[in-house]
Amino acid sequence: MIHTPLASSFLQSEDFIYVLYIVAFALFIQGLRGLSGPTTAVRGNRIAAVGMAIAVIATLLGPSEGNWGLIALGIALGTAVGIPAARNVKMTAMPQMVALFNGVGGGAVALISWVEFRHYGSTYGSHSVHLIGETGTLTITAGGPPTYVAIFSVFAAIVGSISFWGSNIAFGKLQEAIPGRPISFGSAQQAVNLVLLILALAAGIDLVAGAHSELLFIGMLVVAALLGNAVVLPIGGADMPVVISMLNAFTGLSAAATGMALNNPALIVAGMIVGASGTILTNLMAHAMNRSIPAIVAGGFGGGGAVEGASGAGEHAGTVRSTTAADAAIQLAYASRVVVVPGYGMAVAQAQHAVRELATELEKRGVDVKYAIHPVAGRMPGHMNVLLAEADVPYDQLKEMDDINPEFQRTDVSLVIGANDVTNPAAHNTPSSPIYGMPILEVDDSRSIIVIKRSMNPGFAGIENELYFDPKTSMLFGDAKSAVSEITAELGQL
Amino acid sequence: MIIASTLTTNLAILVLAGFVGFVVISKVPNTLHTPLMSGTNAIHGIVLLGGLLLLGLGQLDALSKALLVIAVAFGTINVVGGFLVTDRMLEMFKSKPKSPPKVDSEDEQEGKS
Repeated sequence: MIHTPLASSFLQSEDFIYVLYIVAFALFIQGLRGLSGPTTAVRGNRIAAVGMAIAVIATLLGPSEGNWGLIALGIALGTAVGIPAARNVKMTAMPQMVALFNGVGGGAVALISWVEFRHYGSTYGSHSVHLIGETGTLTITAGGPPTYVAIFSVFAAIVGSISFWGSNIAFGKLQEAIPGRPISFGSAQQAVNLVLLILALAAGIDLVAGAHSELLFIGMLVVAALLGNAVVLPIGGADMPVVISMLNAFTGLSAAATGMALNNPALIVAGMIVGASGTILTNLMAHAMNRSIPAIVAGGFGGGGAVEGASGAGEHAGTVRSTTAADAAIQLAYASRVVVVPGYGMAVAQAQHAVRELATELEKRGVDVKYAIHPVAGRMPGHMNVLLAEADVPYDQLKEMDDINPEFQRTDVSLVIGANDVTNPAAHNTPSSPIYGMPILEVDDSRSIIVIKRSMNPGFAGIENELYFDPKTSMLFGDAKSAVSEITAELGQL
Repeated sequence: MIIASTLTTNLAILVLAGFVGFVVISKVPNTLHTPLMSGTNAIHGIVLLGGLLLLGLGQLDALSKALLVIAVAFGTINVVGGFLVTDRMLEMFKSKPKSPPKVDSEDEQEGKS
């Protein structure tokens, strides 16, 4: 914290600023409480935004040597980039957007730590030495900042750098600028990651202990950057929900560490809450995939799984029934309950509006339509919900896995659109399957199933989906958007 | 009377904030997980404060200043972009009148696709 011996006005008093920080973090918490339901969420988000404005004002009230021009420049640049990005991003591109925002936050943390080092690094490891004249900058102790400041600052630098680079790679994969398939050193991957981690930690410890070398600090940032790359490059598209959540947690924790180093309560609380949020989401996603977080981070959707799946494929070959849009339309029109199961394929084809039109058409005919959302459908937590909300699907028709699973038995037609692994009954029936034990949408319980899919190619995980060989299943091959539109058109002619 | 050091006070805040975070975030339904992520993106933009505090120090050389301007810009992107995009998303989730399907949904789709 910045102490001002010359604090002249009440507004600039340390206590007042501190109280503003407390108000700010209370508003963050209150705002996030609003996210417990769609009706209160909009207001919650705005409450949190007010909290942020208060935190920024409080900081600007504090003592400052000026640099107002630079502060204005930074804020103007950020606003100029942030507003159009937020206004124009498509809902299908939200995973990329969130990945990019995670990265930007981590980058800011790493840069701040770097400047902290440039400013105070010469006193790291020398807390007991009394240097007169440091008052009015970081601490009131007449010495270098306490050792813990250096520890948190260096921690923030490492984690922030990992998050920045990891997020950029995740962004590149989601944007398909770099291949979504795992890129790795194979079996050496874990060793490489471990070596990089040890190098980063060793450099960090050396810096905290008093190695006053900026070169070493930059080296540490670079090693952490390589580690961020090495961790995310081997992770395939289907594991992205876990990775994005984890990077979210990293950025939050690094922000909290910056708050500890700068003695700023608003930063500590906000960072910790984001860290908690990211951690919860990471666990939920990993659980929904029946995979442990270390296994995902260690790289790729196990090569063994793909091989097993491929060998299992032969048993089923030749029993797939394909259908036409006209037949699918008849099947749907005479159903009384239809459950739509959307997946990443719907997002890729931008088919959400077409799906909504089909549902509207069916509802006009008295068909009950619901949507079954698997927690890891898509590329980030809640991805399908946002797309369907964009297409004006009422959120009370969006059912979570545990709510909809008992209903499949009473469902006449399940319409699977671009979802694969999350519907695979192998998760229940085949102990040798790599996804055995994963919670799935029990689509196979319904009376009939229509699967819209581009081709018989297995999903990213390379696991054959037993659902496609079920006698109740018919496959409608084609792009999700055009296939759904065709069904809607056929319905109109019935 | 025990007078806690700055470190221990801050550690207490850190730990309590972690627990509060877990409790509050656990109540967010799956439906809102994407807005939650973009909302937390906005909140971790608070690192912007770190940039502001350090820029206020004075005695910074050109490199430090440049790094901090970038950091402040990054933080601002998070804050401004994060809250805006979350607001945009949440507006879509707002309760809509049941049924009467929008007549203009076809045009809307064409406009957006």
